[in-house]
Amino acid sequence: MKRTDTSNPDFYHQVVDCQWGCPAHTDVPEYIRLIAQGRFTDAYMLNRESNVFPGILGRVCDRPCEPACRRGRMDQKPVAICRLKRVAADHRDAIEHLLPVIPERKNGKRIALIGAGCASLAVANDLMPLGYECTVFEALPVPGGLMRSNIPAFRLPVSVLNEEIDYIVDMGVDLRLNHPVESMRALLEEDFDAVFVGSGAPKGKELKLPGREEGAANIHIGITWLESVAFGHVEAIGERVLIIGVGNTAMDCCRSSLRLGARDVKVMARKPRGFFKASDWELEDAEEEQVEIVVNHSPKAFVMEDGRLVGMKFDVMEYDIENGRILEQRAVEEVFFPCDDVVLAIGQENAFPWIERDLGIEFDQWEVPVVDEVTFESTRPGVFFGGDAAFGPKNIIWAVEHGHQAAISIHRHCHERALTERLPVTMNLGSRKMGLHEWSYSNDFDPAARRIMNHVSLQRRFEELTTEVELGFTADQVATEVERCLNCDIQTVFADDLCIECDACLDICPTQCLSIVPNGKEPELVTRLKAPRLEPDQPLFVSDPLVQTARVMVKDENLCVHCGLCAERCPTAAWDMQKSLFHFPRAADHDGSVPCQQRKAG
Amino acid sequence: MTFIAKPRVELPNEPVNAIGLRLRDYEGVGSTLCAGCGHDSITAAIIQAFWELSLRPERVIKLSGIGCSSKTPAYFISGAHGFNSVHGRMPSVATGALAANRDLVCIGVSGDGDSLSIGFGQFGHAVRRNLNMLYIIENNGVYGLTKGQFSASADPGSKAKRGEVNQMQCIDAAETAIALGGAFAARSFSGDREQLVPLIKAGISHPGCAVLDVVSPCVTFNDHEGSTKSYAYTREHYAPAVQTDYIPRAEQITAEYEEGQTLPVTMHDGSTLLLRKVDAEYDPTDRSAVLRYLEAHRSRGEVVTGLLFINEDLPEMHEIAGTRQGALTALPFETLNPGSAALAELQRRMR
Repeated sequence: MKRTDTSNPDFYHQVVDCQWGCPAHTDVPEYIRLIAQGRFTDAYMLNRESNVFPGILGRVCDRPCEPACRRGRMDQKPVAICRLKRVAADHRDAIEHLLPVIPERKNGKRIALIGAGCASLAVANDLMPLGYECTVFEALPVPGGLMRSNIPAFRLPVSVLNEEIDYIVDMGVDLRLNHPVESMRALLEEDFDAVFVGSGAPKGKELKLPGREEGAANIHIGITWLESVAFGHVEAIGERVLIIGVGNTAMDCCRSSLRLGARDVKVMARKPRGFFKASDWELEDAEEEQVEIVVNHSPKAFVMEDGRLVGMKFDVMEYDIENGRILEQRAVEEVFFPCDDVVLAIGQENAFPWIERDLGIEFDQWEVPVVDEVTFESTRPGVFFGGDAAFGPKNIIWAVEHGHQAAISIHRHCHERALTERLPVTMNLGSRKMGLHEWSYSNDFDPAARRIMNHVSLQRRFEELTTEVELGFTADQVATEVERCLNCDIQTVFADDLCIECDACLDICPTQCLSIVPNGKEPELVTRLKAPRLEPDQPLFVSDPLVQTARVMVKDENLCVHCGLCAERCPTAAWDMQKSLFHFPRAADHDGSVPCQQRKAG
Repeated sequence: MTFIAKPRVELPNEPVNAIGLRLRDYEGVGSTLCAGCGHDSITAAIIQAFWELSLRPERVIKLSGIGCSSKTPAYFISGAHGFNSVHGRMPSVATGALAANRDLVCIGVSGDGDSLSIGFGQFGHAVRRNLNMLYIIENNGVYGLTKGQFSASADPGSKAKRGEVNQMQCIDAAETAIALGGAFAARSFSGDREQLVPLIKAGISHPGCAVLDVVSPCVTFNDHEGSTKSYAYTREHYAPAVQTDYIPRAEQITAEYEEGQTLPVTMHDGSTLLLRKVDAEYDPTDRSAVLRYLEAHRSRGEVVTGLLFINEDLPEMHEIAGTRQGALTALPFETLNPGSAALAELQRRMR
């Protein structure tokens, strides 16, 4: 094999599993380190730079980082990355003075942003400091989009939401509430230099079964119903509630029902466990609240009696499953579940009835706009899409990243530069060696298990809809949890020409991830490694032929705990522990006239 | 030297040996030797070999004298019995321990100073007596603990770190062992794990004194240009004469080998050593030929390695002495200590 190209930032970036897994590439290990040092404000600002809404995401993020976490591959649970983010948000000081300065003299470019959700707000967050005038059109009387209307307050307190939205709105955004955009044509005729559509996926999927129309009064569409709950339009629900669907919206619906007076809430799943769309932790929280999850029940009909919904019929399903895939399915019997209300939470779609189809904005066969995956531009120059509006429902953190990228595109568009000529991701490596046996990071491996989040007691949590269930980590929990982080951003950097092949690093490595072996093609080379390669998707480092024997140093990054012992043991400093700092260019970096807002090395 | 302890990391699917132990169960405390010391590599090879042999740690005794090398028993098999003896006196302790309990697996770790200077006499008699032990000499050619003076194994003409040239002749541990009538003499290099691990296993299963001289570069005082015990010099002048495959008793020999090129040696414990000759002329069972070969190559500056000489039929200490089978520790107290009357009777017979 040829020497691994470690100058390509992607190599070391992949080693930082959490950061690689995060759509917005939040520098997780660094912010955890800042939390460990008690620097909550710095940790918050580091987060904010990537994900814009640390307080919100610290509670309700979909956490793609956690399944990616290396700790999870070591017979353990991942680091509670998301909840540590909340720690930074909860304990920070005032940060207003740390936010970018908004120039008083504008650059003369006006941007229309449709929908005041996370995607549009992220765009405004990136463009306002550059002198843009951003106008946000929002149909509802408050900003926040689905973050406000669909995430119940017992998971995301309104104060947290308001605070983080205000940081952006207070930059001078022209926020027009109660102002739905009803015609794209009309908007385009106004004098905007670019339009960003961040209107989300506001349409809940319908379940067309017999009895749907007759029972309409007691059959609710999940996201619409959650919105009504959020705005106080719905304050009660029947005693027995069936939730159809088992995604994260279903979890919010069942838990909200319990707080509105329901006593018996069942989540009806068509498939068995393992096929649920809901995140494991949301399922856990719902089940803790005594919600019953009924598997293998496919809805068949709504049953009416005297003009009133009395229950639903289901087919009990049987599946032939092999390797996690359903090969065959069949209905084996029909059953009846009595209920007073039904909430449909089987998915949502984006919908653009307000975009005329003759504006040059193309839609595909599913009525989804055709959007470039890099530039987020639609087929009409100057019109951009992001968040759920672009590629269908994803999550907040994806929407934020869409916002960052769309902001770059808008910035380039307004300066008549090619959208595709974007700046590359750059990387800086800095040694963490402090002294003979000192490293400026906490490299002791802590075998502690993941801390368990404390919840408000079951007795208390249903009293009020807005009682936040999670209490946040205690100081002790934080102290332990931060040490569980394996510091994957402190890279093992190898200087091939310094190695004398003394094997010291191989012997001291607690996970046997290093090998010095004769070179060869990859399939052959991996058979010679000290420990079998368990995760072929994890990066493999291969050095140049070594000076003395022409063998190569190979590192399987999969299980490295970044303890630094290889570097500590190396007599010639061929191994060094170096912090990788990636810079993901934002809109501000794309303008030569504005200084790069690179953050300081951590 | 490493202050950070090697962490105990629970790994998925970590392999275990025949008695259910993981490799790290054969580790000891963290090494306090210099980073990059060859001795640490040998320690790792010992750990590997003992783990693969599935030896019960409590059956093992690890003994040493004084010196960098003699610190190393602390770094492997924490569950074994250890004795860190007086300088150069490890063979005496080994003799006593093995006399009392011949069922123990004995590994003695010594250095070129400990065995070829202060303990030279002890070394010679351990070999001559054919004590059933693996006698490892971690050979770096210098006194590492006292700032790198030449040791007795430093080659004449080799340079010390500060430039002075060694003018004394060297003692070659492997050749000396053969000349003393040793039954098993091998040489290896700390940087050649593939060769070292089977040699350690062969030495353990050999019923007698297995001398294993391992070139082990001193990364601090003897890894410079002009040194003949550096990593680079050893690799440049490396000349394996025989490669050893160790095949445990339970396993069938599956490899096909050419007559004349490969010599199978069946050990008393049922295991087999397959000696693959790198040099077709080499015969590791012909003592005088081996000595001639070693001398010829030494004069050319080559480091000949491998299982250099073996005679598994020479009697070991207990056989020579005709002692009883089994450990003395297993005897009842009355048998071990028959009392003053029996002593008086014995003394009377000797008058």
